[in-house]
Amino acid sequence: MDDLLSEFLTETAESLAVLDVELIRLEQTPDDPDLLSSIFRLVHTIKGTCGFLGLPRLEAVAHASENVLGKIRDGAIAVTPVAISTILESLDQIKWILAELEANETEPDGDDSALIERLNAIAEGNAVEEQAPVTAAAGPAEPAAPAVADEEAVVALAVEETDEADAAEVEDEAPVAVQAAAAADAPQRQARADGHPEVKESAVANQTIRVSVDLLENLMTLVSELVLTRNQLLQMVRNQTDSEFNVPLQRLSHVTSELQENVMKTRMQPIGNAWAKLPRIVRDLAVELGKKIELEMIGADTELDRQVLELIKDPLTHMVRNSADHGLETPDVRLAAGKRETGTIVLRAFHEGGHIIIEISDDGRGLDLARIRQKVIANGLATEAELDAMTDQQIQQFIFKPGFSTAQAVTSVSGRGVGMDVVRTNIEKIGGTIELQSVPGRGSRFTIKIPLTLAIVSALIVEAGGEKFAMPQLSVVELVRVSANSEHRIETLNSAPVLRLRNRILPLISLRDLLRLKSANDDEPPAEVAKGDAAAPGNGTALLHGSSEHFIVVTKVGTYDFGIVVDRVFDTEEIVVKPVAPILRHISMFSGNTILGDGSVIMILDPNGIASATGEITPEAAAETTARVRERGSDDTVAMLVFKAGDDTPKAVPLALIARLEEIPADKIEWSSGRPMVQYRGKLMPIVTISDDYRIRTEGTQAVLVFSDEDHTMGLAVDVIVDIVEDRMNIELSAERPGYVGSAVIAGKATDVIDAGYFLAKAFEDWFTAAHRLDEARGRGRHLLLVDDSPFFRNMLTPLLSAAGYTVTSVESAKEALALCEQGAMFDVIVSDIEMPGMNGLEFAEVVRETPQWRETPIVALSSHTNQRDIERAKTVGFNDYVAKTDREGLLLTLSETVTAMRGAA
Amino acid sequence: MSHNSDFVTVTVARQLFGIPVLTVQDILGPQRITRIPLAPPEVAGALNLRGRIVTAIDVRSRLRLPPRKPGDEGMAVVVEHDQELYSLLIDSVGDVLSLPDSAFERNPATMDPVWREVSVGIYRLKDELMMVLDVDRLLTIDRAMAA
Repeated sequence: MDDLLSEFLTETAESLAVLDVELIRLEQTPDDPDLLSSIFRLVHTIKGTCGFLGLPRLEAVAHASENVLGKIRDGAIAVTPVAISTILESLDQIKWILAELEANETEPDGDDSALIERLNAIAEGNAVEEQAPVTAAAGPAEPAAPAVADEEAVVALAVEETDEADAAEVEDEAPVAVQAAAAADAPQRQARADGHPEVKESAVANQTIRVSVDLLENLMTLVSELVLTRNQLLQMVRNQTDSEFNVPLQRLSHVTSELQENVMKTRMQPIGNAWAKLPRIVRDLAVELGKKIELEMIGADTELDRQVLELIKDPLTHMVRNSADHGLETPDVRLAAGKRETGTIVLRAFHEGGHIIIEISDDGRGLDLARIRQKVIANGLATEAELDAMTDQQIQQFIFKPGFSTAQAVTSVSGRGVGMDVVRTNIEKIGGTIELQSVPGRGSRFTIKIPLTLAIVSALIVEAGGEKFAMPQLSVVELVRVSANSEHRIETLNSAPVLRLRNRILPLISLRDLLRLKSANDDEPPAEVAKGDAAAPGNGTALLHGSSEHFIVVTKVGTYDFGIVVDRVFDTEEIVVKPVAPILRHISMFSGNTILGDGSVIMILDPNGIASATGEITPEAAAETTARVRERGSDDTVAMLVFKAGDDTPKAVPLALIARLEEIPADKIEWSSGRPMVQYRGKLMPIVTISDDYRIRTEGTQAVLVFSDEDHTMGLAVDVIVDIVEDRMNIELSAERPGYVGSAVIAGKATDVIDAGYFLAKAFEDWFTAAHRLDEARGRGRHLLLVDDSPFFRNMLTPLLSAAGYTVTSVESAKEALALCEQGAMFDVIVSDIEMPGMNGLEFAEVVRETPQWRETPIVALSSHTNQRDIERAKTVGFNDYVAKTDREGLLLTLSETVTAMRGAA
Repeated sequence: MSHNSDFVTVTVARQLFGIPVLTVQDILGPQRITRIPLAPPEVAGALNLRGRIVTAIDVRSRLRLPPRKPGDEGMAVVVEHDQELYSLLIDSVGDVLSLPDSAFERNPATMDPVWREVSVGIYRLKDELMMVLDVDRLLTIDRAMAA
């Protein structure tokens, strides 16, 4: 049956039941204006709905009744038993028609003119008593005979309860009516015997009842309690293998789960309810903004908890408004951009796991990054330099910042100070997340992920400092176990603990430190531990003290990923979130508390609170920190040449180190004392292989990477050159493999980064003691100090410089370098990076120029930025020269010149 | 004409306190209490009382008294405040006393300010003084003070 129709049947059946009662009350208290208007309203509603649904017969009857009631309400006619009876009769007629409607989905044929005429006569206020006999007489005379019999029966039924009183009353004024009632009595019983139960009871109406939301909420709470108690019982029995309770408990568990599910269903409403207003809003917007907008709604029948529904209604409306206002272009702009004139906004809802996903997408212009940047700078949310360091994705996230709105003017549509920040806050409040994807010129898509219900959530039970906590499963991305010898280790960056996870660096937060809990292994009172922590705040070693094994709960809040370090992880449990006592509400780390299966109380962690407590940062700011950390952990963009040699693992080498790429015909490769070489530009070039068992081609051509070092060139035989990738590199160092600096993820693949210096040295050490000659030409045992925070560059440059004859000491910070100075170490030359955490290269140079020991030592700056301004600055603070980081040739040349100059001076 | 008021008497650090009998929901023995990190020091934790979560307040801490000796579990009186249940951790529970209003006196001026804040007044008993606890005030924990 049509939803609309069945809803109408249900509603009308309810109204009719109320009307029956109220009409009788009206008869007793004819001058109660409230009652009268309530009756009038009900009848009016029925009439209106019939008209709307196209049910003329019902509408006519209802209209006539309404007419009479209207007259009564206006005081034009008095409330008489006859009038009431006639109205009741018309209601019964309506019920009968409804019953037919329910059975056949159409109005029955027939004619109610007699009834309507009588109603009209009453409305006219005449011939009441003359008309009365018609009640009995006209009834059977109706064309639809059996129907009328039913109708009559119901008349009597409706009056049944008040039969006595009614009859008595009627007797006084209209004796005939009594007869009518009496006459009706007989067919009534007959009708019952005939069995037309559908007239009395609407099957559809009886399938649904209206229950107050409070009752449902109550029921939900009770079920939640039941779930908890069940969990407690299960916990108790879990420890006993063959308890007699096992079987009944399993059954109880099963029934409880089903009960829970069903009660949850009672609270479910289709999301379409929240969307109902949107088409109208979009239409109005389209008119106001002069745009053509199509709103497509997919999955409107996806159900979710009504509490959740209420909470997302406004955010959704706001976002659709935004799409229409900011997202979609005007028709001419669209046409100019080669798009369809009509813009589309698509709302899509679907279930995924225990969550509901709602997507709001448009095919508009996408987020205007330039405008966002302007706004961000104008509103002082970030500086230009900070923005430059961010990815587009990070800049887009600013729209979720408080006080941000991209609308240039405040329109009636959006931009009223309620921005996406409120949307996000509302969504996060209910444990949801919102993500944003935007492609310029193609449109934007917001993806909202929210839990189906707020009442019961799945939570991961963790332990830190001897206390257990519940962590909502929704925000948990994964679990990582770390120990001294596991694949993952906790490392520190400038004393901030981080975890290297795949190709990301994840900031870590120790739950124990955050909640100022005592260490798991000692029984010190928390206060003393707090003191200890204060001495080394957030220290990675402090994080590791006590136990050697930790678990990291990788947590996602918005776009901010971070790891929460805990001591132990237990299983997941379904928990009911209960609010904490008012005196604890100010603790933002907890979203509530609950009772676990074992009967103990446990605090529920609030990932949002934890995220914002980590260094007093909002998630956006945290994302920036992550980015910075990431940047620091890896390096500046480096162009890498990716190739394959020997096996299938891609290998890479910084492009800057390579002089040329050559394809050498296999027959040109000569062998001398078992080593391959080739005549190359008038000289002999040794060819080294990636490993000893690598086979140089004997036919076709051999691809060779040519490394050139002044007079000396070396070729590295490779299978194939794959690509040149310019990327931020995060290199995992591996000290154990000669020839390799480590591995990195390049273009999404694990790639071995080879150590060019190693091969260079290998070629020349083996080759005519070239290394010795290099010593002569270059460093010749000169002592060089390399200061660079990047392990990658330290590892890349050290072998190269060593190969060039320098004795290299490398340190990772200016502080360490100065410590060496304190200890009286002397160097012939210092090579220092400029961008370093803590003391940067410029400051370092200044300090060095102040020291008595190193005042004269030449310093060469090494940086990825080589503009004139930087070079000038470097020179003023005391650097002797300035070399680009990747310009290896330049570095060696400069060093050689510098050292020679010093020698000359000395 | 004299009027009587009923109190549940409790002892904290050998001082007798009275809690109006109608505010008392329950008397508990030692319970398993979950500590709540970052909570004010007066909050001893939370416990499960027949499926309801009850916040435990350490009365000794609230009254700036030294903590109980280790091993001394103490007892608890459960009271309702703003539709929330609180468990007041005290040393021991005494009797229910019905005391005449004539024995009531206001707080002496020399009383410790912290105590005066949570005391309604004093009853003169035969051989000691009983301080009437103002449960509402007792449960008003100043966050600034706690922090």
